[in-house]
Amino acid sequence: MNINRLLAMAGKEIIQIKRDARSIGIVIAMPLVMMLAFGYGVSFDTKHIPLYVYDMEGSRQSQDFLKRFQSSIYFRVVKSVTTYRELVQALDDGKCQMGIVVPADFSSRLSSGETVAIQALIDGTDSNSANLGMGYSQAIIQAYSQQVTTQWQQRQGHANVLPPISVDSRTWFNESLESMATIVPGVVALVMAVVGTFLTSLTIAREWERGTMEQLISTPVTPMEIMFGKLTPYMVVGLFDTCVCAAMGVWWFGVPFRGHVWVFFLSSILFLTVVLSMGYFFSVVAKTQLAASQISLIATFLPAFLLSGFIYPIDQMPAVIQVITHAVPARYYMAILRDVFLKGTPILLMWRDFAGLALFALLLAVVASRAFKKRLE
Amino acid sequence: MTGVPYTIEVHELTKSFSGVVAVDHLSFSISKGEIFGLVGPDGAGKTTVMRMLAGVMAPDSGGAVVAGCDVVASPESAKQRLSYMPQRFGLYEDLTVDENIGFYAKIFGVKAAARDERAARLLAAAGMSEFRSRLAGKLSGGMKQKLGLVCALIHTPEVLLLDEPTNGVDPVSRRDFWCILYSLLNEGVTILVTTAYLDEAERCHRIALMHEGRMLFCDTPARLKANLPGAVLSIVTSQPREISERLAGQSGVSSVMIVGDGLHLMVGDAATLIPQLKEIIAAAGLSYESIEQVAPTVEDLFVEAVTGTMRGMEQ
Repeated sequence: MNINRLLAMAGKEIIQIKRDARSIGIVIAMPLVMMLAFGYGVSFDTKHIPLYVYDMEGSRQSQDFLKRFQSSIYFRVVKSVTTYRELVQALDDGKCQMGIVVPADFSSRLSSGETVAIQALIDGTDSNSANLGMGYSQAIIQAYSQQVTTQWQQRQGHANVLPPISVDSRTWFNESLESMATIVPGVVALVMAVVGTFLTSLTIAREWERGTMEQLISTPVTPMEIMFGKLTPYMVVGLFDTCVCAAMGVWWFGVPFRGHVWVFFLSSILFLTVVLSMGYFFSVVAKTQLAASQISLIATFLPAFLLSGFIYPIDQMPAVIQVITHAVPARYYMAILRDVFLKGTPILLMWRDFAGLALFALLLAVVASRAFKKRLE
Repeated sequence: MTGVPYTIEVHELTKSFSGVVAVDHLSFSISKGEIFGLVGPDGAGKTTVMRMLAGVMAPDSGGAVVAGCDVVASPESAKQRLSYMPQRFGLYEDLTVDENIGFYAKIFGVKAAARDERAARLLAAAGMSEFRSRLAGKLSGGMKQKLGLVCALIHTPEVLLLDEPTNGVDPVSRRDFWCILYSLLNEGVTILVTTAYLDEAERCHRIALMHEGRMLFCDTPARLKANLPGAVLSIVTSQPREISERLAGQSGVSSVMIVGDGLHLMVGDAATLIPQLKEIIAAAGLSYESIEQVAPTVEDLFVEAVTGTMRGMEQ
């Protein structure tokens, strides 16, 4: 490999990137837009579930009970209705996701020590938030009945009886259990998988389409020089984009960054080697820019989205799928980034993910460099 | 290599594309310092020959040696010594004239001092000195081709392969182009050029006529014309189409070709045929300005050769 020829290729590529308004748009706008879209669009937290209440009794005690829902951040009491029909109608129209019905004998049954049944109607269309809504409402009702029990016992002259077991939990790494903290490192990996592959997917195909390849392959330049000459500028561009994404994660979405910067860069360089080589390979095989960019979008986005642990935890997947996820390079990068952002794990403890990433980097670089032939068909 | 100082030697070169033979057992040799023209209609296989000699396409069989390197076995070593200008503009349109030159100079390992001196001289010869910072895509067709030539010459190649370099180029740029080519002969560069312009073919030392992947003949333009059987008649007329319909197939007339101001006829014996032809034209009520014997052009040679081959195939 001749370093001067490699530099000539890289220099030429840099000039072309600078002069192409479209590629500058991709470099700057794509990571920003994708970070915002995924950062806000993909949220697993369910808060402010719209709620209708139907208080059939309207007593002080029933109002006191319903206040528990009003003061919870998980619910937003939209309206208090006076007929059952209205409540059902609201659920049908999607004006609320949940309805709570307090029976007319609420306070009288409570004071006589009987059990009261509260009706909760839930729109199950979105099963995830339905489950969460059910859980949150049960927690509120349980706390309230605990209080009623205690008050009743006190009135009966009993000593203050505490529940036999209580949980005292503390969450590590993501203290407030915000899904944003889990999502953002994943989004960085997802964005870089798509942007990185897309960047290089055009390079070779563009030369074929514009007719510059025939001239280029008639010179002594080697396939390796072409490949590294083209990938080096995009590595710099890719690292810039990774930094943009990480900076947005930290300063815009407020996700902590607890690990070492060099671990972040090392894993990013390895991952970029994977995706840039992949894009280059697609460009060589497809020979047209349109086909190459479409293949690269499909081939990177779906696996990185579905099979990397981004939305579904890998250890919850069926065993067969779990095996398949090992073939998705984004999986390793995502795991490393989550550790780097949230935990600050020493690199030695992440050796498996680094090894997986390095293996794919090597494999794809070799495949990409072999694919290109200095010959016309 | 034998003692013969051929710079390009082609032996039984063959290439077909999905069953269609593009180049059919082609053999020829070009001496050092020669301008050799490859002439033929579209689809004759000229571009395929150039690509194989440039080492960018592998032949099915046969061999070729360019500047002492076997382009079939080791194309990469030949690429150090040759320059190839493809038919389609192959430079970067989003790079300036200077950036394109600089890129190819670096690819061929030309030192900066040599590059600057050579670029200045070649650009001056091409009349392009004031366009050095213009984007290649913003150049005219002729300028683009001259830039292609400058880039091809920046590393002092031993062999220059030019595939229809003056196609669609204005006459002034074509003259500049050929001036540069002739100046290269002093440096001992060997030039293989394909062209569709038959007047350009006459500027070559030797020409080869290709048709359907085969070579019809190959010699100097002068000798080819001298060996042409029969004579060429020129009829100047404003009714070339009508007259050609009457004269085609007449005994003694082997081919009729419409040219700029009338017709060119390939005939056996000019002296006896001229009076007969005059009668036929007059009988048909058509008019002409003159009928006379002229010196054959390469175009005449070419049409005679191609129609002669087709006649041969029909029989």
